[in-house]
Amino acid sequence: MNKMHTSDSALSLSRRKFLIGSTGTGLVMAFGLMGGQSLEAREEIAERRFAPTIWWEMDADGILHINIIKVEMGHHIGTAQARIVADELEINWADVRIIHADSATKWGMQETGGSTGLFASFNRMSQVGAAGRIALIEAGAKMLGGKPEDARAEASKVILGNRSVSYADIVRSGKLNRTFTPQELSKLPIKAPSERRLIGVSGPQLDIRSKTDGSAKFGIDAAVPGMIYARPKAPPTRLGSEVVSVDESDARKVDGYVGYVIMDDPSGLTPGWVTVAAETYWGAVQAADALHVEWKTGPQVHTGEAELQAEALRLCADPKAGSMWVKEGDIDKAIAGAAKTMDARYTTTTALHFTLEPANTLAVFEDGIWNIHMGTQWQSLIRPIIAKALDVPIDNVVLRTYYLGGGFGRRLWSDYAVLAALTAKKLGRPVKLVFTRPDDTQLDCVRSPTVQTLKAAFDEKGTLTGIDHAAAAAWPLEATDRGAKAGWPEGVKPPSYMRENIKDGGKVDRYSIAGADHWYTLPHHRVRAILNEMAHQTFVPGFLRSVGPGWVTWATESFFDEIAHAQGKDPAAFRLAMLDAAGKNAGDQHASVGGAKRQAAVLKRAMEKAGWGTPMPRYTGLGLASAFGQERDMPTWTACVARVRVDPTTGAIHVEKLTHVLDCGTRVDPDGALAQAEGGTLWGVSLALHEGSSFDKGRVTTLNLDTYTPLRMSDVPELDIEFIDNTEFPTGMGEPPVVAIAPAIGNAIFAAAGIRLRDLPMRPEHVLRALRQV
Amino acid sequence: MANTVAFMLNGRRVSSQAPADTPLLWVIRDEFALTGTKFGCGIAQCGACTVHINGQPTRACVLPVGAVVDAEVVTIEGLAASDAPHPLQQAWIEEQVPQCGYCQSGQIMSAAALLRENPNPSDEQINEAMNGNLCRCMAYVRIKRAIKKVAHATTRS
Repeated sequence: MNKMHTSDSALSLSRRKFLIGSTGTGLVMAFGLMGGQSLEAREEIAERRFAPTIWWEMDADGILHINIIKVEMGHHIGTAQARIVADELEINWADVRIIHADSATKWGMQETGGSTGLFASFNRMSQVGAAGRIALIEAGAKMLGGKPEDARAEASKVILGNRSVSYADIVRSGKLNRTFTPQELSKLPIKAPSERRLIGVSGPQLDIRSKTDGSAKFGIDAAVPGMIYARPKAPPTRLGSEVVSVDESDARKVDGYVGYVIMDDPSGLTPGWVTVAAETYWGAVQAADALHVEWKTGPQVHTGEAELQAEALRLCADPKAGSMWVKEGDIDKAIAGAAKTMDARYTTTTALHFTLEPANTLAVFEDGIWNIHMGTQWQSLIRPIIAKALDVPIDNVVLRTYYLGGGFGRRLWSDYAVLAALTAKKLGRPVKLVFTRPDDTQLDCVRSPTVQTLKAAFDEKGTLTGIDHAAAAAWPLEATDRGAKAGWPEGVKPPSYMRENIKDGGKVDRYSIAGADHWYTLPHHRVRAILNEMAHQTFVPGFLRSVGPGWVTWATESFFDEIAHAQGKDPAAFRLAMLDAAGKNAGDQHASVGGAKRQAAVLKRAMEKAGWGTPMPRYTGLGLASAFGQERDMPTWTACVARVRVDPTTGAIHVEKLTHVLDCGTRVDPDGALAQAEGGTLWGVSLALHEGSSFDKGRVTTLNLDTYTPLRMSDVPELDIEFIDNTEFPTGMGEPPVVAIAPAIGNAIFAAAGIRLRDLPMRPEHVLRALRQV
Repeated sequence: MANTVAFMLNGRRVSSQAPADTPLLWVIRDEFALTGTKFGCGIAQCGACTVHINGQPTRACVLPVGAVVDAEVVTIEGLAASDAPHPLQQAWIEEQVPQCGYCQSGQIMSAAALLRENPNPSDEQINEAMNGNLCRCMAYVRIKRAIKKVAHATTRS
């Protein structure tokens, strides 16, 4: 989920020169801006004419301060990116600091892109690190009276024969002035894996200490003198509500009540929403409860989870519905000529982000500038929307970002900032808006409920010849498209992240179907992705950690298991036979080198570690699933074997052990990758068994932890996580570990009790109902 | 209205003019600017707001400030001795526990209270004491490992 909003900045960087120049206080290295008169590196840096996307400064003590524009949401991205740069720069890790830069603080108004992740930035960050090293070697060799080609860099020093000069001394010499053209930069060789000193070594994450003593600052911790507090008064439905009347007589009785604001929002993001402000947050909470608002509601107010699912199922059954995602062979012919076919339907319910830090924003107007203090994952989307809502030029809006108390996709859709900004504008004071937990869940951009239907065709020998797959859901990218059509400003421009995958097959939100284009070789294979319009009328669909593959793979990996069992085949051997790396499944020369062979490798290793085939006690079973995330061109390969015990009297599902093997190529920080794998694996369990919400009368039903129940410590199974150790191109680790878990658990339940569960989350009552039918 | 509530906050005597029904959480955060204690659910189910009241782990989001008159309130900022981190904070760093970090103040406060009562808890006892603290990043494996590390160090010495 990282690529769509970063590809542009990555591209533009590849056309920029790289500047290395001394300043009064140190040495700055940064990308130049596009266009304008070309000056020497030192001059351009002195005039601050550089892009804030990747840049750093070395001070007179040789300490490297790397500005990280990515937001930190628990994946320690800053540390990982700093490692890549520092490795090529040959600087001691102890000399590296990261700054979660607010590009705007120091440099005026800047676009801060979005999170790039390692996949998109690895080569570029390696090359700019190398460029810095070369400049330091050149300067250092000169100071030592030798030639650059005779010198080398190591451990924060330039070494020439038996003499050396420290980076600090080079910086203090104040003479660096070096420009690399885009061509020169892209030709700089990246270190061979065997020469890496920091990449591939686990080290302390630089953000962790402050997260143990209470000093880490999250958006909710932002404060300015004189601010008041606000809370939303949530409308009856996320969309389609209109305020008819407001009675504030009871709210006025609350201590410190300031007033209410009905959103007059040209961005269209907050229809019929109201905020309530007071001198304290507790006052705002009470005043919002006491404010009486009458709304006119739309048709959404009648929609429930069952209607949304029924509509999705109807769409799957309509052969004309949807856009084409995969089209291999001729599935219609394969089905028409099949000796036998097999059908199954899989569903997932609405799911919530439930970031532990509720949505919040502090909006402050000072000196003609709107300072918006918040945690967000997508600055470049929300900044122009805020400007539109406030009706001010975009340059007058500055985002100040903080640590995110959980992202998981929730903070890609930062509508809460609009509420704070409009409230501050109307009331003429700095406003700190904080959602209560029920506000946060009710106004969440939820993961859509989904329905998938799959039909398999078999020839007379019983061989699987093809699969026809349809998947219906609300599409997150469609939501941004609609925002644009509803009048979001030009600068936002998300429309058309949707693309055709098959010529004339219709545009697709790939985040709502990725994973269905799996690496198993099938002669005939069709996948249709279908937009559920009723769902779009009811809520704003969001990206939720693991996005499309998180629910698409639930269907594909359960269905392959069903087919294997129906044919009396071992589910692992059945999969391995299809992971032949033939044709399009051979992989490319970049991130998917090896193709399906690498998926087969993780599967075999997981089987070996988990003792696949070992007899299990009654009502205990092993199930497996094998998958990739997040997309075919950046696959992290995963395989999970789950050992599950089912209690036939209570229906309880006990996940006893998960053996999870992953291949994400080079692990820049192995311990950081492991942390993501641990958390992601447990997310998989939580979404499979513990979470799950629903709509009723147009509203989310589970508003707090009394009814929405993510996994707790006592639910943690034994985890055996292993990575394939290689030096292939690094792919992603935030989301892929989630993907294989739910189907592995479902398949283990079948092995344990002979029952097939096809609806997520899997609940004890599903188990009992299925057992009664056996 | 305008009753003054006086109590000890991290060893310092403080007084608040907040209405007595205001949850202690908001007084700590907004009046005394100790923002390490977090707001998560508001119904004492997530544990992000855990502080010690007279040594007992307590959810500050549902405790009215009027209930802490003269009590000893300790927050994450006051857990460590002035010159060294609390052993749990050290273990949290060594085990690289936090991801997003938002819940970790509450996790550490709950764990500190547990180990004070029971320096060598079993797995079940750790689960029981910590189940009320939700970690949305699900860093539970490391949270438990860090607690055990401190427990074992204490019981060995």
